[in-house]
Amino acid sequence: MIYDWLFRLTGSETAAAIIQSLLPLFLFILPFALFAVLLERKVSAHMQDRLGPMRVGYHGILQTVADIIKLVQKEDIVAKDNDRLFFDLSPVIVFTGSYAAFAVIPFSGIFLGSNIDLGLIYIVAVTGLVVAGILMGGWASNNKYSLLGAMRAAAQIISYEIPTLLIILVVIMVSGTLNLYTLSEWQTSYFWNWLILGGPVFGIEKLLFIPLMMMSALIIFTSTLAEVNRTPFDIPEAESELVSGYHTEYSGMKFAMFFLAEYANMFAVAAIVSALFFGGFQSPFGYLGDLFNLPWLIPIEQFFWFTVKGIFFVFVQMWLRWTLPRFRVDQLMTFCWKYLIPFAFVILIIVGLITVLV
Amino acid sequence: MLTEFGKVFAFMLTAVLFVVMAVFASKLIRPARPTTEKLKTYECGENPEGSPWVKFNIRFYVVALIFLIFDVEVVLLIPWALVYKGSGIIGFLVGAIFLILLGLGMAYEWRKGDLEWARPKIIPPVLKKEEPPEEKSQKELIIVE
Repeated sequence: MIYDWLFRLTGSETAAAIIQSLLPLFLFILPFALFAVLLERKVSAHMQDRLGPMRVGYHGILQTVADIIKLVQKEDIVAKDNDRLFFDLSPVIVFTGSYAAFAVIPFSGIFLGSNIDLGLIYIVAVTGLVVAGILMGGWASNNKYSLLGAMRAAAQIISYEIPTLLIILVVIMVSGTLNLYTLSEWQTSYFWNWLILGGPVFGIEKLLFIPLMMMSALIIFTSTLAEVNRTPFDIPEAESELVSGYHTEYSGMKFAMFFLAEYANMFAVAAIVSALFFGGFQSPFGYLGDLFNLPWLIPIEQFFWFTVKGIFFVFVQMWLRWTLPRFRVDQLMTFCWKYLIPFAFVILIIVGLITVLV
Repeated sequence: MLTEFGKVFAFMLTAVLFVVMAVFASKLIRPARPTTEKLKTYECGENPEGSPWVKFNIRFYVVALIFLIFDVEVVLLIPWALVYKGSGIIGFLVGAIFLILLGLGMAYEWRKGDLEWARPKIIPPVLKKEEPPEEKSQKELIIVE
């Protein structure tokens, strides 16, 4: 574990914990956000037969850097009628809510912020903080669009949390653990041991699990997509009706923080889906490190696979954005309460029966 | 000795400090030239009309209530999901009865129209009454008119 190595290096537990909490932010989320913003623009451009940003650097690869330099020196306009305290507090809470989820996500076999046994509950609980931040921002903005966007966002996020929780319950029933690291280790070695293909069990149980787990993965992916307010579930920030939803009034660095939190959240949910159903940091077919007897290579390979899976799901989110039109509010609620939740219920009961009887 | 939750706390602290530092750093660089127009609330370029802090649709409240019920129930089920295999079929049945009760509650909400977002058709729990004759005649009158 990197923590133990940092502890030996610095000699202080507090220093080791703080350095390790900085690592995902500066080594992972900021570079990822730089990359993902460009990826989003390029993906959307190519799907619409455009080229996207081309001027800054080769094929626009420095575009995001230019955008950040612009954002840093933008004036921060705070309207007179805003509720100043909550207006300033909102980006802090939203970013904390999405970054704290990274504390329990296992990036590789040796890098894991905190190995708590309550991992899954902790993630669900701490991402609930984002709702509070969004509502706070929307209310404090004193703007009609912001308030409408914030209320819609809150209703949507809490509704879609229930299918997510029910599917997490299914995973707990099958695997018997709440710890994301144990869960990733459990789906070890080859891709047929991933939970979407029934997990590392054998015989009739595995055959019965495969269709159920595929449906579960689909449900959890859909509902996490709604939880991060991505299209087709982006009614909280529907550009054509609500300017830009709950962050209409924000500008400059505070807007950048909302943006960063959104991209961090996108990766966090992609990582959760891949940790639950797609083996987390496990390679689909053995490790080169095992093959050539180089033990130090394995964590690097694990990190590589984790990143590849995460970026693949982020890409799917972008792909869906340019494929599906936006839902209407009532369709969104109907889809959650009348389709996803009953389906998740039925899956829960069938999985329970299979684990007990087979 | 730092516990695992201490490390989680370090993550939260990092996030808070990162946002505060970033906002503060940009405060040193950016210009600040407020004018009356800039300080107005954004409303597509018009002068803001009335207060946005209005009464909200009751649907949001109902959704929050239903969510609360489900959330508490799922939290109660998580410990069960970890241990039920140890007690075999009996262990499963204990949770299944609870789940069925949950499902019944859900069916009741559905039937009552609480899951409808746009204009719920509320079905009151009373038997069908015959309409008073005066009202009937009035309705007929309106139709005739």
